[in-house]
Amino acid sequence: MARGIKDKVAILGMGCSRFGERWDMDADNLVVEAFEEAIADAGIDVSQIDAAWLGVGFDAMNIGPSGLPLSIALRLPNIGVTKVENYCASGTESFRGAVYAVASGAADIALAVGVEKLKDTGYGGLPVRSRGTTLDMVGVTGSAPGNFAQVASAYRAAHNVSKDDLKRAIAHVSVKSHANGAKNPKAHLRKAVDMDTVLNAPMIAEPLGLYDCCGVSDGAAVAIVTTPEIARALGKKDLVTIKALQIAASNGWELQHAGGWNGSYFHPTRVAAQRAYDEAGITAPRDQLSLTEVHDCFSITELVTMEDLFLSDEGNAWRDVLNGDFDADGRIPCQIDGGLKCFGHPIGASGLRMIYENYLQLLGRAGDRQRKTPPSLALSHNLGGMPSQNVSAIAIVGLADA
Amino acid sequence: MADVGILSFGAYVPRRRLQRSAIYAANSWFAPGLKGLAKGERAVGDWDEDSITMAVEAGRDALTGIDRATVGSLSLASTTLPYADRLNSGMVKEALTLSDNVAALDVTGSQRAGTSALRDALEAASGRKAPHLCLAAEMRKTCPASDLELTSGDAGAGLLVGTGDVVAKFLGTHSLTLDFVDHYRTPGMDYDYVYEARWIREEGHVALTARALKEGIAALGVDPASIDRFLVPISAKGVAATLAKKTGIAETAVADTLQTGLGEAGCAHGLVMLVAALEAARPGEKILLLGFGQGVDLILLETTDALARLAPRQGVVGALANGAKDENYMRWLVHRGLVDIDKGARAELDQRQPSTSLWRHRKAAMGLVGGRCTKTGTVQFPKSDVSVNPNSWTAHSQEDYPLAEIPARVLTVTADSLSYYPNPPLYYGMIDFDGGGRMTIEFADVAGEIEVGAEMRMVFRIKAVDEVRGMVKYFWKAAPAR
Repeated sequence: MARGIKDKVAILGMGCSRFGERWDMDADNLVVEAFEEAIADAGIDVSQIDAAWLGVGFDAMNIGPSGLPLSIALRLPNIGVTKVENYCASGTESFRGAVYAVASGAADIALAVGVEKLKDTGYGGLPVRSRGTTLDMVGVTGSAPGNFAQVASAYRAAHNVSKDDLKRAIAHVSVKSHANGAKNPKAHLRKAVDMDTVLNAPMIAEPLGLYDCCGVSDGAAVAIVTTPEIARALGKKDLVTIKALQIAASNGWELQHAGGWNGSYFHPTRVAAQRAYDEAGITAPRDQLSLTEVHDCFSITELVTMEDLFLSDEGNAWRDVLNGDFDADGRIPCQIDGGLKCFGHPIGASGLRMIYENYLQLLGRAGDRQRKTPPSLALSHNLGGMPSQNVSAIAIVGLADA
Repeated sequence: MADVGILSFGAYVPRRRLQRSAIYAANSWFAPGLKGLAKGERAVGDWDEDSITMAVEAGRDALTGIDRATVGSLSLASTTLPYADRLNSGMVKEALTLSDNVAALDVTGSQRAGTSALRDALEAASGRKAPHLCLAAEMRKTCPASDLELTSGDAGAGLLVGTGDVVAKFLGTHSLTLDFVDHYRTPGMDYDYVYEARWIREEGHVALTARALKEGIAALGVDPASIDRFLVPISAKGVAATLAKKTGIAETAVADTLQTGLGEAGCAHGLVMLVAALEAARPGEKILLLGFGQGVDLILLETTDALARLAPRQGVVGALANGAKDENYMRWLVHRGLVDIDKGARAELDQRQPSTSLWRHRKAAMGLVGGRCTKTGTVQFPKSDVSVNPNSWTAHSQEDYPLAEIPARVLTVTADSLSYYPNPPLYYGMIDFDGGGRMTIEFADVAGEIEVGAEMRMVFRIKAVDEVRGMVKYFWKAAPAR
């Protein structure tokens, strides 16, 4: 295996806009909001940025093609700006670009930006779009909840879980995230909900009801990264470094190879998780990870991901969830900031928003929602696509000495 | 010389049966006189069915147990063809994965199109090298509160016509052509313009048809009393019995018009009735089929011993038994484009179909043909240069592998209420085919819940309609195996 990037790159500063229905703002306004926080946190000048990556999911609803909109919005000094898109993992993809640039020595200081203006679509949920002319002929243009609901049916069948048990477990996921999001001033949805509300909400895609689906929001998040040496030279004392950064992509095996995948889990997530743990030198994730921010686009995704990250035994996550293992005061809190559930999922921003929360928690800067036990290693998981075909991105960040 | 006649037959009737009482209930405020027709049920296609999809299903049924490579030509008779200029029977050919070397013909323009196509096929059979698949399907667009709305029904039928071991021997035919304008429809007209029912009955259904019968019986040299099954695809009450009486055909020979449980399937109805007759007949029975529309066709057949040896199939009996009562008149009006509803912004997705990619992928998109790796045996859909088998990186190794007739089982499923779908919720999921092959696919004809593990069979349906460019797009869906 490659040597990896553990501790080669540090986070110099991060920023995150308020997420929500930002009717008054364009994508570039949201970028500026997040960037101002990040550059103040970094304590540098715009002229010190060597390269930038921009993650955006949907062209049409946003800022159009290329890296130019970012370069123009921030008036960057004619540096290389690259736009990346990798389904809903676009945020972590932009982070990867910036981190790899620094790790390679090609850049001293690099910028990662993610943004999305979903509320310009005119309806709830993600925009419907083509997946290419061939797939349009022979594939299914289902909705995102429809695609992710598929995993619930297979999970029930694979592990013999009753309809009611699974429905209650995924409801707990959402109740927990709403309780967390209520404490977060940047979250879109800040209202706690109870089990009955979640269980009795209108059905969106069987068995996912309204509260099993994440919000639909506008938002932006920004990371500025550099080497640990430069960070220290710039006066940073408590460093958060990148321990692992892995992206795994489906190759069609799940979707096309009969008798292989059983539909109940996210194959690339398991691959990415194992690689990330190896890169970070983590041998016992359940003991070593302090926190996770996972891609809870839907409650069932979060539940299954607990197994795919090896934080629950296979077939047992629904019990662990109901047991409160991943609550804010549980054994490994998940979405302590409220998650996609409460932030909504402005595609390009989400991966960076997760890293932002982990960064704050590691530095003890998370305010009311700060984890009591001081965290040392935090994982974020950013997923694009659908259960049968996806891009799974994992970033593990931690205190420099962790 | 080998016998000429029918080698095989099949039929298709959509699953949904709209209750005529529901049609009447919605229209009685305006047309209380429809009450007399408001009994029983009529077959209605789902939103994703049309004359092409029904013809494909009827064709599949007719080709049960028959090597499709042996079919030499096909025709599709319908007055409700989805395309005015694009070979509709050519699309059926792709869906049935018939040989590229078949001849194909659309037959249209009259309620007699079905019987005329069959007559021509029977007359041409002795000069043909290979069997002809004679298909007919009809989905008439009928004006709300019209008689036709109540008496019509959607269905398709198929007959394989050729020489050799025929199940019904062709004894002869007789035709009469006269411009009798009982109804008409010009291009651009939504509905038929129908003339007075009493005149149509007296001068058309009875007088004109009786003349054809008398002349035909004489020309064919058949004793009318020897006819075992008299098929008159005219739903107006008592027409067939009157004709039988006038021409010396036994009253007991008069076949049921299937009006109670299906309705009259336009120009396909004669062939639907013929399939029903062949299903019920024993060897050695004489069948006289009549077609009416600006004249009359008569086709005389006699069943043979081969009939008893024919492989089991769905047929009309099976299709009629596999029905689901439907009281939702409004949904049907919407599906047939007779009422506009607010479809919401998600319906605005614009998916233009490039002819280039459809041409390249015609076998996959129209025929559900996947690939089988000749080295590893791995089956996949769609085909690709590099096999999906994770244990062997193999390129350019796949041969065509048709999946449409292979049973499949559900691996994942949901009922999606968020996606725009004309008949919500959208059921879809992943299926595994017996013997290999996996895909995510829409589910059709769902009633109740679909569980993981459920057995499915593939059905050819409309995938989407591009309303901007007027294109109807087809693909396969998975329906519960019943």
